[in-house]
Order: sequence, then C-alpha cells, then structure tokens
Amino acid sequence: MAEIHVEIDGKKVTAAAGSTILDVAKSVGIEIPTLCYMKLHNTEYKCQPASCRVCVVEVQGRRNLCPACATPITEGMVIKTTSMRVLQARKMIVELLISDHPNDCLTCNKSGQCELQDLARKAGVVNISLSGKKQSTYEVMENKAIVRDMSKCIMCRRCEKMCSNIQSVHALSGVDRGFEAVVGTSFGEPLDNTVCVGCGQCVAVCPVGALMEKDDTDAVIKALADPDKTVVFQTAPATRVAIGEEFGLEPGTDVTYKMVTALKNLGADYVFDTDYAADLTIMEEGTELIGRLTKFLNGEKTALPLLTSCCPGWVNFYESQFPDMLDLPSTAKSPQGMFGAVAKNYFAEKLQIPREKMFVVSIMPCTAKKIEAARDELKADGNPDVDVVLTTREAARLIKFANIDLANLPESDYDNPLGESTGAAVIFGVTGGVLEAALRTVYEVLEKKTLPSIEFEEVRGFEGIKVATISIAGQDINVAVAHGLGNARKLMEEIKNGNPRNLHAVEVMACPGGCIGGGGQPYHHGDGDILAARMNCTYEIDEGKPIRKSHENPAIQALYKEYYQKPGSEIAHKQLHTHYTYREKY
Amino acid sequence: MAMDSLSKEKFEELGTYIDSLPSKKGELIRVLHRAQGIFGYLPKEVQFFVARKMDVPTSKVYGVVTFYSYFSMTPKGEHNISVCLGTACYVRGAEPVLEEFKKQLGISCNETTADGKFSLNALRCVGACGLAPVVMIGDKVYGRVTKDMVKDILAEY
Repeated sequence: MAEIHVEIDGKKVTAAAGSTILDVAKSVGIEIPTLCYMKLHNTEYKCQPASCRVCVVEVQGRRNLCPACATPITEGMVIKTTSMRVLQARKMIVELLISDHPNDCLTCNKSGQCELQDLARKAGVVNISLSGKKQSTYEVMENKAIVRDMSKCIMCRRCEKMCSNIQSVHALSGVDRGFEAVVGTSFGEPLDNTVCVGCGQCVAVCPVGALMEKDDTDAVIKALADPDKTVVFQTAPATRVAIGEEFGLEPGTDVTYKMVTALKNLGADYVFDTDYAADLTIMEEGTELIGRLTKFLNGEKTALPLLTSCCPGWVNFYESQFPDMLDLPSTAKSPQGMFGAVAKNYFAEKLQIPREKMFVVSIMPCTAKKIEAARDELKADGNPDVDVVLTTREAARLIKFANIDLANLPESDYDNPLGESTGAAVIFGVTGGVLEAALRTVYEVLEKKTLPSIEFEEVRGFEGIKVATISIAGQDINVAVAHGLGNARKLMEEIKNGNPRNLHAVEVMACPGGCIGGGGQPYHHGDGDILAARMNCTYEIDEGKPIRKSHENPAIQALYKEYYQKPGSEIAHKQLHTHYTYREKY
Repeated sequence: MAMDSLSKEKFEELGTYIDSLPSKKGELIRVLHRAQGIFGYLPKEVQFFVARKMDVPTSKVYGVVTFYSYFSMTPKGEHNISVCLGTACYVRGAEPVLEEFKKQLGISCNETTADGKFSLNALRCVGACGLAPVVMIGDKVYGRVTKDMVKDILAEY
C-alpha cells in the first residue's frame, strides 16, 4: 500500500494511505479525544459518523477544523492537535453537548464510566454558559433488561450501529429529524414488542447513561436481609475473568475465588457455580446431539444441525426471526436455567425447604439473562427458578455498596455440591467454548476412548464464523461457530438455503467474543484488547483445571445417580429442557 | 373510517405493486410513496406490511417515514392544504397565511379537522416561486395568497 508522509504536532510520520488522522495520531502516541467514534478491534464493530466533532484538529491550509476520526491523511499534511484554536473549539463543542444533557451526574449510574463526563473534565469545562431548548422530554423506556433514557442521549448512534450492523437485529433506528431526532424503536413501541433480543450490546457501547442495564441490586439486598430466605448465588463463567476490572485489576485477571469470598461476605447462604450447570448442560445437550446424529447416520429423519441454546439473546433472536427453524435448537435449558431448576428442586429438597423460601441470584455477564429468567418455561407454579439476575456490573456495584474491596480479599472455595466444575464449563464464556466442551464429551462417548488432544483450536479465536470438521467414530462431523448475531444470521440463511456445508452442530453466542464481551460486563470503552485478555484468561483457567471434560465431573455424575437417573430421562426433560415459540415482533 | 381506510383490497393493491417491481433493493421510498397514495397515510400496519414485503427492518421503514415530512402517519382530510414555506414564499409572507389557516381551521400542522374535511401541512417549495406565496389544496394551486384570502378559499370547499 502506498505510503504517505505527514507531520503531526511537529512529528514526521509515515503511514499507509487510507489511514485517518486519528489512526496516525494513535500510532505515535498522540491522544485525540473522541466521543461518537468507536472501533472495537477483534470484531467488525465500527462507528464513525463524525457527528460529535469532538476530535477536531487543525490542518494547515484548510479553512475549517476537521474531524480526525473521518479525515484521511494526504501527502504533506501538517496537523496540529493541540493548538489553542482546536482546544477552544473542542471546549465549545463539549459545552454545547452538555447544554442539552441532564446535570444529574451525582445520581447517574453511569457516573465514573461516562465518556461525556471524562471529556468535560479533559476539555476543561467548568461552566455551561449556554442555555436553550432541551431534549429532556423523552419518556424513559425500559424492559426487564435495558433502560433507555433518551434525555441523556448525545446522538452518537453507536447503539444503532451495533444493533443493525453487527447484530443485524435492527431494533433501533434514527427517528424524526433535526432537533427532534432521536434513536428509537419502530413506532416508539416498548422494547418487548420489538425485535430487540436484550443482548445489551447497545448498552455496552453507549458512551453516556442513556442506555443502562435495569438495576436489580435492591431486590438482592432485600433478600439478603430477609432471615426467611435461603439466598443462593450462581456465578457465570465469564464473570470471573472480568469483574476484577471494576476493582482496578488488569483485564484478564482471574478473580474466581475472590468473587466467591465477596459474595459470602455479602451474606450469601450458598455460593455455587453456573459452571456446574454448564457441565450438566453438556450432558443434556451432548446426549441430544448424539441422539440426532445417530438417527441421521441410521438414515432416519432428524433436525440438523443442532443449534446451541445457552445464549438467551440468540434464543430471542431465532424465536422472532426464524419461525420455520424452531426444531433445530437444542431443547436443553441454558446453564443458568438448569442451575435454577437443580437449585429449586434437587437442592431445596435436600435442604428440606419449600422452593419459595429459596432465593436464587445469578451473576451474569448478560442483560438478556434477565429476560430469560422471567420466562414462563423457567418457572414452577409461578415461582421462578432464578429470582434475580445481576449483571457483572451490578454485582460489582453491590459489592462496592457493602464496602468490600474485592481485589484485596482472600480466596474461598465454592460451596458443594453445586460448586464443582470442569475446564469444559468455564470455556462456555468464550465464542467456540460451548461447542468445544460438547465435542470433548461427544467424542469420548461415541469413540469410547480418551481424546488424543483435548483442545479444539479450530473453533477458538475471534473470527466471526469458524467452521471445522472433526472425525468421530469414522464419521465426519461438521461444526460451525458464530458470534455476533449478524454472523449467526448469515449461518442461519445458509442453513435455510439447504445447508450446503452439511453442518451437524452450530454454536451461536449473541455478543462479540461470546459472553466475555457480554452486554452486562464491565465497559470496554472500545478497547478490544480487553476482550482478548478475558479470552486468554478463560483458556488459562481451563488448562489449570484437574478435570476438563464435563462427563467426568464427579458432582454431575452423583447428581444423575441420585436424582436425574440419566441424561435425557423423563425427569431431566421435565426440569432441564424447554421449548420455543414464534414471537412476531416489530 | 380507520378500518375502511385499511381495507384488504388496498393491501392487495400495494402487494401487487411491490411484486411488480423488478427489484426490491433501493425501492423503499418509491413503495412508501405509492402506499401513501393508496391509503392516504402510512399507519403502523401499512409500514409493517411494507417492511415484511420488502424484506427490510421495520425500524428502517419507520426511520424513513419519520425523516421525510412528505410522509404522514395520520390520515389526511378530504382536502389537504399545503402551505409552501420555501424561501420565496416565506419572504413574501407565507407564515401569516399559514397562521390564518391554523386559526380558521383550529388545527396545527400535520393535523386533520375533526370532521375529516381538511388537513393542513407546510412544505418546502412546490416550484411555483413566481406565484409566491403559494398554497395547494389537493391538486389546485393558489398563487399570491394573502391572509385575507384564506376565508374565501376555504369557503370553496
């Protein structure tokens, strides 16, 4: 590629043609503040509307300041990023943005993580002398997962780009024009009536407090204070590699057992692991896959490929988008769902308490898990298997509220028996992990011998769609993995059009990178390295586990012996499986 | 009236039109234009129908409908009054004319009178600047309109 020479703040730089001023500045360590711009490497996400004008810089010979994020460099360009003209213009731009923004930082849940707040400080804004019409008349819209307060919106359109370009969900669109313009749903319908899947990726990229998870910490505080309730926590795989960030630890720090201590210090009666239920999921889903494959090999009619069903954003997606293909997903509940069922049936019986007295709290990297927990299929006589879902961010908030500094806590083990898990379970948190875990078990069950190599490298990494062929018992099994719902849609269209690659099993996670990049995780602020660090940490935890295959988990083996008999048994079907319904949405 | 205006025949007519297009790609605005011609306005049901039929997201259809002032989500009256607020009309006094229509009819822009007879909207330039300020009622053009003429114009209908 052609090389271009520019001078930026007095530094001579050579860069590839097509680079923007922002790219060049970054390459030589010059920081230009941005707001609407966001690019998440490792994924295809890019938002570059150049609408906020915060990144303006001065280019010699040009009359106007230009946005660094969207201006390509040209030969001989002389750029100034910190001239007085630039700094004053930037300050004015930020003042204008804030003049139409509620001044409620003290009570805003985004405070401390808000990019506009940071920018105001950076730009030296101490006084807003501008006044005018305010856009603060929008009604707050919320469902069980997401709260949209458009009075705080700065119209960067990051949410809309994520929802449309990466997720292909298209729940959001720019509505109206001019000063009235707002990002909204079709016809202003409540989120539940729209194709929104609740993945929370809009929340993950929102720079301000306009999009937030629905905060359910109060319900947990109440339950913890209630002597009549036995409070049981479960922690999802991806939370342990991310929650440390909220307490100042480096991304990719494994804080599994510090998190357990923190939850015990909060007053939990039992701290268990969703990983335990992930192993159980592999037993149920793996058995289902083996069943379908066996039928297929015998020439019988069966639904293939089997689609994983652990991800609630994905479940919501296929229920509204692919009504003709609802026989494909595994009927196995997600690990969260299975954990709730085991806790409120098997474990409540063991404790000899009625299920109503048990209060199950999930710590999840996910906003859609809140919607999943409210499903009728995950209830018994109106009592939910999971009472409250907290995202990783809310869990951190709750822990901070109780004056607990997670980073400096000693480590504690999970309680038993629902705390024991294998390496196969923890990789549920990354794209490709569920399929890899399933393959480890399916291979050994069908081959009746030990896997030569436990790691399925072909399904790892950040590539949007990964395809692999694995030979099991003399049969080529074709598998595919997609993360990000846009990639999932591509695979689904392919399967709909005759499944040319003859896929037998497909894993989908709605969020880029899988649950490690979930909509409820600590904010990445556009830094893709954070996702990579969480992914590496996840595989390290797997490597460090003495047992790395779900079917070898002794607690799961005992559970079948004591309670569920065998995978796919009648009682297992009743408690651990679900069904899907077409839901027509705007 | 609302039910009648969304009759099965109208949806069939729109469906046939969409099917007749050589390609659906890039034709959304044309289809919405036609749909508004058939139904008189673009309620939710029509937008949803168009989205499904054209295989585009409903949110995109809604975004387009709300972006262009030409498209309306409320039923138009029997006679639609359009007051031009383009530059030429504006400087020659279109605004007081619009205000007079609002006063006489008791409605604001993009609204319809209770009896369904008149609806009122403002638009930008109808290409008859020589006659500024211009008002259109249905297909009929009124030129050099003044505030005092409004009452007589309305009396024609």
